[in-house]
Amino acid sequence: MSVDINTVKRVAKLARIALDDDKAATMQGELNAILGFIDQLNEVDIDGVAPMTSVVDTAMKKRKDVVDDGDRAEDVVANAPEKEDNYFMVAKVIE
Amino acid sequence: MTDLTSLTISQASEKLKAKEFTAVELTESYLAAIESANQTLNAYVVRNDDQAREMAKASDARLAKGEGGALEGVPLGIKDLFGTRDVHTQACSHILDGFKPRYESTVTQNLWDDGAVMLGKLNMDEFAMGSSNETSYYGPVTNPWRNKGSNQALVPGGSSGGSATAVAARLCAGATATDTGGSIRQPAAFTGTVGIKPTYGRCSRWGIVAFASSLDQAGPIARDVRDAAIMLKSMASVDAKDTTSVDVPIGDYEGAIGKSVKGMKIGIPKEYRIDGMPEDIEALWQKGIEWYREAGAEIVDISLPHTAYALPAYYIVAPAEASSNLARYDGVRYGLRVDGSDITDTYEKTRAAGFGDEVRRRILIGTYVLSSGYYDAYYLRAQKVRTLIKRDFENVFNDGIDMILTPSTPSAAFAIGDEEMAADPVKMFLNDVFTVTVNMAGLPGISVPAGVDKGGLPLGLQLIGKPFAEEELFQAAHVIEAAAGGFVAERWW
Repeated sequence: MSVDINTVKRVAKLARIALDDDKAATMQGELNAILGFIDQLNEVDIDGVAPMTSVVDTAMKKRKDVVDDGDRAEDVVANAPEKEDNYFMVAKVIE
Repeated sequence: MTDLTSLTISQASEKLKAKEFTAVELTESYLAAIESANQTLNAYVVRNDDQAREMAKASDARLAKGEGGALEGVPLGIKDLFGTRDVHTQACSHILDGFKPRYESTVTQNLWDDGAVMLGKLNMDEFAMGSSNETSYYGPVTNPWRNKGSNQALVPGGSSGGSATAVAARLCAGATATDTGGSIRQPAAFTGTVGIKPTYGRCSRWGIVAFASSLDQAGPIARDVRDAAIMLKSMASVDAKDTTSVDVPIGDYEGAIGKSVKGMKIGIPKEYRIDGMPEDIEALWQKGIEWYREAGAEIVDISLPHTAYALPAYYIVAPAEASSNLARYDGVRYGLRVDGSDITDTYEKTRAAGFGDEVRRRILIGTYVLSSGYYDAYYLRAQKVRTLIKRDFENVFNDGIDMILTPSTPSAAFAIGDEEMAADPVKMFLNDVFTVTVNMAGLPGISVPAGVDKGGLPLGLQLIGKPFAEEELFQAAHVIEAAAGGFVAERWW
């Protein structure tokens, strides 16, 4: 399968990465090279094969439903580009 | 006095305990080596001199009392992917600009608990995406090895290129690394060092910047098999903070070294004999087979029929998981922010400015293969192929094979700025053709330096083991090491 330029732009939009027309054209060629490589997988007979969910046979661990960490608002926002009173600050979202 | 940086971890530990020198002296030797070499080799992106001196001083206090852990006073380099409290942690990406976590990764905490000293953070491909360390925001790392009679700068491999160069050039006693498709074993092979990717679940992933969560594993790069064993023992743990950490006891890795491999069945997979593989590598593989025969192991030809599909399946699974993991870099909570006209514009501009080309490519591939209407054709199919790859290994192990011997890489180190690699992303991917199967199946794999090519560059052989058979890997890896000897780059930097 290969992608056209509009698909590249749509995917970039979904991934929230700005892509100008020049970059989109370059990216289209690169993505198609990778997708062409991936297409080999169509040769494999996968009838009746279960998809891998975990490489190690293991039961999902469950923890007790108790509070064992928290009250670290300052740590959580410590690296924010913009913060106020332990809130993340962004431009106004709702008019 | 001998140059303290020439000592392995096991030698240095012994001498520290015997008080032949102090941990501070050992650390100072490494800091001086980094000072003189880093401008040329670019292995470290951040130096941690003050904290390293403090940690060494604390080690000396413990050693003076006859106390101390397995790595007491041993100076290590840490890949920039590991979260280190209040110290630069950016996965060598611009998008994590200025990020200093308020927590410590489990693996590095284990090392500090055992007394190790942190020299600094090591260069790597951005978010561990690459096989040459050229995608780093901080520029490429130079391999201490060069072709005989040549000044051309070569890559150390990737993504753990800084780790491999730092160990090979003696800018640390050992280094942490991570491996998603070959990122420990390929750079180890390119630099004449030992690198082991343990079984998935052996080392906690907690606090390590995530790339592809079902494939990522931490492991060491070290100067010899014994040092790798000592480091892995300290790095490995069962961790409640990582739900994929597996509750299996940690083996006596160092104790396995020197045990005979007599009677062991070693499989040689015919699918790893690929077109265009250099003669030197084929010859080295044959040499490895001979060494094991002489050591009393039984050599068995085996088939792993789905080998060729591991790499294409990886380039669906890994980007898909990466696109999801890297969604968190939004310019709001940490790292870089480029302000836009509204919140969506801010996301888009931040992510366009913060991610490099390779990371952007993989996020787009991942987003595409997971997007509506394509999931079954790509992701689901790849996960089914992954089941078949794992089954190939299970079949040979069930037939009585103990481990598998292959080359580590299809070539020796190549030049920085190699035009063919730069022009074709798929060509770069092929570096991982022998290593990626191991990640897809969750198995342990070790790369051991085994010889040099015509140009004098190191080459590695890889051993692949059963799940949690790290002890056997160290046992068998030592056979190669004993036969091939060590490989030290001639100093030019």
